[in-house]
Amino acid sequence: MSTATLEKTDVLERMREELQRAIKKPVHQRRWVMVIDLRKCIGCHACTIACIAENKLPPGVVYRPVITEELGEYPNVSMRFIPRPCMQCDNPPCVPVCPVKATYKRPDGVIEIDYNACIGCRYCITACPYNARTSDFGLYYSDHTPQRAAYDEAPSFEYGRLWKREGERSPIGNARKCHFCLHRLEAGQLPACTTSCVGRATFFGDANDPESLVSELISKPNVMRLKEELGTKPKVYYLV
Amino acid sequence: MSTLSQRISLPKMGTTLLGIGWLVAFVIGAWGVALRLVHGHEFANYGSYVVWGLWVAAYIYFIGLSAGAFLLSALIYVFASKELEQIGKLALLVAVVTLIMALLSIWFDLGHMERFYFVFTRPNFKSMMAWMVWLYTAYFVLLLAELYFALRADLARWSVSDGWRRVVANFLLLGRRSLSQRAVQFDRVALRILGSLGVPLAIAFHGGVGALFGTVLARPYWHTPLYPILFLTGALVSGGALMTAAVAFFWPKNDPKYTAIVQRLSMIVFLILLFDLILEWAEFSIPMWYGVGPEFELLQKVLFGPFWWVFWILHVLLGTLIPIVIFLTQRDKPLWLGVAGGLIAVTFMAVRLNIVVPGLIEPTLRGLEEAYRHERLVFEYVPSLFEWQVVLFICALGFGLFYLGRKLLPVISVSGAKEEML
Repeated sequence: MSTATLEKTDVLERMREELQRAIKKPVHQRRWVMVIDLRKCIGCHACTIACIAENKLPPGVVYRPVITEELGEYPNVSMRFIPRPCMQCDNPPCVPVCPVKATYKRPDGVIEIDYNACIGCRYCITACPYNARTSDFGLYYSDHTPQRAAYDEAPSFEYGRLWKREGERSPIGNARKCHFCLHRLEAGQLPACTTSCVGRATFFGDANDPESLVSELISKPNVMRLKEELGTKPKVYYLV
Repeated sequence: MSTLSQRISLPKMGTTLLGIGWLVAFVIGAWGVALRLVHGHEFANYGSYVVWGLWVAAYIYFIGLSAGAFLLSALIYVFASKELEQIGKLALLVAVVTLIMALLSIWFDLGHMERFYFVFTRPNFKSMMAWMVWLYTAYFVLLLAELYFALRADLARWSVSDGWRRVVANFLLLGRRSLSQRAVQFDRVALRILGSLGVPLAIAFHGGVGALFGTVLARPYWHTPLYPILFLTGALVSGGALMTAAVAFFWPKNDPKYTAIVQRLSMIVFLILLFDLILEWAEFSIPMWYGVGPEFELLQKVLFGPFWWVFWILHVLLGTLIPIVIFLTQRDKPLWLGVAGGLIAVTFMAVRLNIVVPGLIEPTLRGLEEAYRHERLVFEYVPSLFEWQVVLFICALGFGLFYLGRKLLPVISVSGAKEEML
């Protein structure tokens, strides 16, 4: 794919069309993949915030932090920004450790957490080599203020269900992580991090579709994945 | 003052002080448990990165004590050790009590305490944690059965006596009151069979706890094949040491075999402690030899980081060197041997903390600690007062259960009495 094509139409348009194509297929025929171009990421953290807003993440829970890396020594210095969503590993270390089968790989490759089954032992959090899981300890932004704020009470729609945080109810007490915004995908929308990326550094799509943008990108020689030596086979790729 | 000492004898005063201390500990602890039940994990200091803390360490500590005390009792029953036969029942009581303490510790740590039974209704047998839960449930049942057969003859004797003992005995006997030689022999055979089953079970479940950590590929500090073995020797050392202390302090001093039993126990503990030290040396020296790598850095932190004293003062000095000196120099003083055992047993918590916490204090990706800031997203951890309160409650409860068990059950049989009855 030439750069010229990218400039003509917003890459988001192309990915949206591909998404529509993918969700018409049976779930097991889709293979969701994310590609992040580290040369384009400017470290604005818009994806982190969009994700928090989309999934109504409470304090201390984060699905997609952006790691800032400083390279070199003065005067030859540079910075690199590495967004870190859940890697949705093909060989996920978090899944076999769960004592109650509350986390599993879906037919489309996304690792799901069944909030109503998770007992909150946090074993999966220790097992993730990317620290991609966080625990919901039941905190609110408006803790220690006279009144609970409306945004603290807004429900999230993760995994296509409505989750209202209150008392000890799930997802409070559960392990939580990025799920590629499955609820948005089902509605034909790209993940929140992808649409909010101002530098268009995050790409998303179906790797089973040979015509898709992500299929093209992950076949390039400048593609890498984090900690490949562990054999986890992440479905998040980085362009370097 | 003189009238006071006249009225209250010294041991009685000691018991009163112990009682007051226990009550204070229980109340402070219960306050912590109430906070846990009302506010969840709000006041705990662990977060999403150092995701396990004091309660998980307490869990592997107590469960180690249980496995150790049990293995000791099983060896006594299976190999019919004459010297230690009498303490078998006390060992079983200690094993039951510490197991309850362990289960409480991990239960308070769960995000959803009410869902604990999911491990039975929807288990994932690929998970070491599921295996561990199933195995220690089997172990719990086996412990209760063993305790029943170990106490039955004595309880049968109680059932024909007067007062509260009769009530306790009738309640616990489940109808089997016979004191015939056949019935007593049946108990012995049952104990031997249960003990034989219990040894592999205890090895499997505590080795399983070691495997729970050892199989985590993402944590280089834990990912070592030595862990299941190290957990077992640790269990034997700490559980054996606790038994030494329990016998030294709570066994009737007028038993002619008292000194011999304490000496034998402390010798066992001493030998296993030496073996454990060799394993520990391997655990530290091999990954540190190159002087580079993630495991080297973590071990450096354990040895020379801000919590160096947990390793050097609590574990090496108080939990190893001083007990060894006592074992070697005070062989004929059972109370001193009890102190040595107590020191090893109590400070072993430092070893357990040094397993759980250092495994989690290094970011899996460098720079993650600064990527998104929140107090629950840090790679540092010191237990909060609230967390200690909950552990205090568990300790007070455990001690209370042990005390009650010792008072209400015939777990102590003095040599003379035993020979007389047979």
